[in-house]
Amino acid sequence: MSTMFKSLAAALAMLFVGALLPAAAQYNNFNPTKDAVQEEQLLNQLKQGDRLSGRVSIPDPKAASLIQPQGQDWRNFHQNRLPLIGGIAILGMLLALVLFYLVRGRIKIDHGFSGRTITRFASLDRFTHWLTAGCFIILALSGLNVSFGRMVILPLFGPELFATLTGYGKVAHNFLAFPFMAGVALMFVLWVRDNIPNKLDLEWIKQGGGLFSKDRHPPAKRFNAGQKVVFWMVIAGGAVMSLSGWFLLFPYTVADGVTGLQLLTTVHALLAVIFIAAMLAHAYIGSVGMEGAFDAMGSGEVDLNWAKEHHSLWVEEEMAKGKTPAVPPHAAPAE
Amino acid sequence: MARVKFLCDADRCIECNACVTACKNEHEVPWGINRRRVVTINDGKPGERSVSMACMHCTDAPCAAVCPVNCFYTTADAVVLHSKDLCIGCGYCFYACPFGAPQYPKVGNFGSRGKMDKCTYCAGGPEEDFSTVEYEKYGRNRLAEGKLPLCAEMCSTKSLLAGDGDIIASIYKERVMKRGYGSGAWGWKTAYKETVAI
Repeated sequence: MSTMFKSLAAALAMLFVGALLPAAAQYNNFNPTKDAVQEEQLLNQLKQGDRLSGRVSIPDPKAASLIQPQGQDWRNFHQNRLPLIGGIAILGMLLALVLFYLVRGRIKIDHGFSGRTITRFASLDRFTHWLTAGCFIILALSGLNVSFGRMVILPLFGPELFATLTGYGKVAHNFLAFPFMAGVALMFVLWVRDNIPNKLDLEWIKQGGGLFSKDRHPPAKRFNAGQKVVFWMVIAGGAVMSLSGWFLLFPYTVADGVTGLQLLTTVHALLAVIFIAAMLAHAYIGSVGMEGAFDAMGSGEVDLNWAKEHHSLWVEEEMAKGKTPAVPPHAAPAE
Repeated sequence: MARVKFLCDADRCIECNACVTACKNEHEVPWGINRRRVVTINDGKPGERSVSMACMHCTDAPCAAVCPVNCFYTTADAVVLHSKDLCIGCGYCFYACPFGAPQYPKVGNFGSRGKMDKCTYCAGGPEEDFSTVEYEKYGRNRLAEGKLPLCAEMCSTKSLLAGDGDIIASIYKERVMKRGYGSGAWGWKTAYKETVAI
């Protein structure tokens, strides 16, 4: 062997030993038979939101998770907190609406029906509204059923019928999500330009929208501040509901394993109960709560006096555009 | 009646995965679903341990608590079973389960789940014992035959124990006393709110 080769081998050996030494020293007094990982120690070391996981040889990386304690938190949320929050939000809103109705009564058109109408929502507006609303109602009912139906409806229907209906509800929830998303997107395109907040809204809010006082109607353009709040709630809420729902429909695309899915269902459920409560108020004021309001989304033609009282500036704009209020064909001629 | 449990003595598990294979074969578990799996903790490091894990048949089972259609039930032996006729495949039991036991065959549109499948402790389901329909939905009903779960029965190192909770706990305790170490009764604290006191 040449001297050069010898010195090279020695250098390599030094390098090898040098690399090994610190690692070896670390485990000098380690008995791998006796000194093993301890479950209790690992569980205690586990950080919030972490899972106890390792390596699996089956070709499914999700199976590598051994214990995920946050399942208990999710259960607690689903069984205790969600019914409480949902109950307060939805039943509280219903109670508030009943009280409001008892105190304020139905908000009347102060000057009565004029008999002349003005077009408030064209057919595309109304189609978009009812597409979204129809989907929303079924999504809300099936969602509430999957969360609370076991407590409320299961005892009435019995296990077989309830499971069958809930199964159909799940299918409806999955499929109607898509027309709902389309509805929200269309709504945004159609109405966003009339929903940009401005100074008028401050005045409207200051006067409480005239909701609590008779004969008082703050000026408003096409949408008043209250309607703008509903609009942005639907857009923002609808977007978050859609995204969280989408990632739940396609699990493991964005959500990282079970923890991500738990977070998504939590967000989806919390926002849903708030959304439902808000839409109850919206539906109330658009139907039972206010005379003449339903026509806007019903026939699309609202009474001129209603329009003047609730959207004074919008009526002026429409008039300025040269639109004249129509007399419905069935109206009796004033002689 | 006994309160049956699983106990994996990780100091004995050699990660041969025979329990996984035996389970799949015994119940003809569909492709993509593993009712039992072996997870290696600290793989490649000194002191690594492998744990065979499946449904632990929890006391106060989280899956049963959150199921929207209440399809779970607990047998007299404390085995947690479910009805695939009632299950709607919503995924809630999977969110709540600490052990990742519930799994779903992928059927139809989106990522939509079929009827949930999990370890039955070789105890079948709500259908009549030994019926074809029971076998097709849940697999073999060994418990009704007077046998224990196959995974534990054929474990070559007797690492995985199944049977009455008190008896398997005393076996494990005896082992730990004799050899002087033990990495713990994996999952017991989470599933049964108690561990094997040594």
